[in-house]
Amino acid sequence: MTETARSIKQSGVATGGWYQFVTRHRASIVAAVILVFPLVMPFTALAVNILIYGLYALGFNLVFGYLGLLSFGHAALFGTGAYLCGISIVHFGWPWYAAIAAGVAGGLLMALLIGVLAIRTRGIYFAMVTMALSQCVYYLFYQAVDLTGGENGLRGINVRTIDLFGLQIDFINPMIRYYVIAAFVIAAFFVMSRILASPFGAVIEAVRENEMRARASGYDVTLTRLLTFVLSGAFCGLAGALQALHLSIVPIEILHYETSGLVVMIALLGGMGTFFGPMIGAAVFLVLENVVSVWTVHWQLIVGGIFIACVLFFPAGIWGTLIARSRR
Amino acid sequence: MTATAGQANEIILRTRGVGKTFGKFVALNNISAEFSRGAVTSIIGPNGAGKSTYFNLLCGAFPPTKGSIEFDGRDVTGLPQHRFAHMGIAKSFQITSVFPQLTTRENIRVGLQALVSRYDIWRPRARLTELIERADELLALVGLWESRERAAKTLAHGEQRALEIGMALASQPRLLLLDEPTAGMSPEETRTMMDLIVKLARERTVILVEHKMKLVLGISDRILVLHHGELLAEGTPQEVRQNEAVKRVYLGQREH
Ligand SMILES: Nc1ncnc2c1ncn2[C@@H]1O[C@H](COP(=O)(O)OP(=O)(O)OP(=O)(O)O)[C@@H](O)[C@H]1O
Ligand SMILES: [Mg+2]
Repeated sequence: MTETARSIKQSGVATGGWYQFVTRHRASIVAAVILVFPLVMPFTALAVNILIYGLYALGFNLVFGYLGLLSFGHAALFGTGAYLCGISIVHFGWPWYAAIAAGVAGGLLMALLIGVLAIRTRGIYFAMVTMALSQCVYYLFYQAVDLTGGENGLRGINVRTIDLFGLQIDFINPMIRYYVIAAFVIAAFFVMSRILASPFGAVIEAVRENEMRARASGYDVTLTRLLTFVLSGAFCGLAGALQALHLSIVPIEILHYETSGLVVMIALLGGMGTFFGPMIGAAVFLVLENVVSVWTVHWQLIVGGIFIACVLFFPAGIWGTLIARSRR
Repeated sequence: MTATAGQANEIILRTRGVGKTFGKFVALNNISAEFSRGAVTSIIGPNGAGKSTYFNLLCGAFPPTKGSIEFDGRDVTGLPQHRFAHMGIAKSFQITSVFPQLTTRENIRVGLQALVSRYDIWRPRARLTELIERADELLALVGLWESRERAAKTLAHGEQRALEIGMALASQPRLLLLDEPTAGMSPEETRTMMDLIVKLARERTVILVEHKMKLVLGISDRILVLHHGELLAEGTPQEVRQNEAVKRVYLGQREH
């Protein structure tokens, strides 16, 4: 590689200092943190939740932070992933890995469907259209009682052991379950890092920065948006599939618009358009929710207040603010 | 470099009766014109004459409401804008339009990348070394080498205008459309820019929008004059300067 090639950063956004080192090794850093996380976090169930919502937010952030479109319908992608994974196991008796693949494919195809209908709209209209479409998806799954269990949710996703090349792994053991799920989440972070550092990753950011200019430069803005939305769907579908395995049931609330809103909050809290933001946001939000709900029933009020304060005083989010500070 | 109109293949671009209306407002009406390969053509006219609208038709930003556009002997009316770019038509915007948060170098590199890799989600882009090298050459050409690592939004106005040109060149255009490249520039910056344009015109066809007639008289092979969305006059700089209708439009209007 030439001198100039070596000096180019993974991202074209102007930054400096330690941030460059962190960016270069971003996926490995996430992996390391995830691997030691259960040692400092005594509640494994909460730790698993953080992983899954972190992954969900990672997928969402591709559209929200990197592409610059606010989707209010990501619950449909997350939920479809969970339902398809669960249905494959409960109704078709598929092995766990095929069920996860079904979840990923489900999120991807649902994103394609919603994307085709919504991608030409902008700003608040995109948020409204995605939200409306995800409500349709909610209704659809709600009505398909035979497959989804309707109101009661899909029950009986019992994966007790995971068969890994003949090796029987005990999926009931919380710690083992954490590391199985962590393996998928870590892999997803590596893939995301790769996508962001790819030529297409540059196109995504260019479209966010200036749509008119991207078009004049020769990029098909609509297709770029659609592909990004579909990629996002695959990540969210995976998160949903892991959620189904983790909970053993898929509650219908997973498709509720609150699930769409939650991921917006997590991304804003952590820092939109940053690599670590989604995981940090998920950790802070879920830990806060857990701690506060222990000592008061009005926890939503307090968590909501803290969230509003964060957005007002640190609009770039936790990680985004740290980056900005380091640049001064 | 002088226009040799007549032969079909010497015409790189042709519009036949193109018009554009916004709602009921006719911004451009029935413009038929031919642009010779390798020539410098300037489009002049007062504010609101329809120059930028005409440019937007030529680069495919939106289709004409009537008429047709032919590029290199091929009807391109209604094609999406990115296809215009792939065919070799690039434009710089009248109002600076760059990727504000990206570095100056990345702005140009992204422009170059559009010809090579638009949907590759796997290969690291740092490995497309030839793009980075080409970007550095273009940075030097437009005089932005020193500012290569700065975010584009932190550049001075004149530098952003230069970046605009660099990004248009990144598409390796055969036809370069420049919409008031000297807008808001100091006299000195303007002179540098005009020199650059003359240099660029040696290797490609250039169409230039300007509302200051004086600037383009010396460097143009042909001049089109737009007024109220109509083609008022067309000819060599000499002919246009002596045209009575043009004189009337520009009479009393201070050249600034
Ligand atoms: N998107 C639009 N919607 C409605 N009207 C428009 C639009 N774009 C341009 N116009 C109108 O069309 C007319 C021509 O505009 P245009 O920008 O082409 O002029 P121009 O010759 O480039 O002027 P200037 O020298 O000020 O750049 C103007 O009256 C303008 O207000
Ligand atoms: Mg104009």
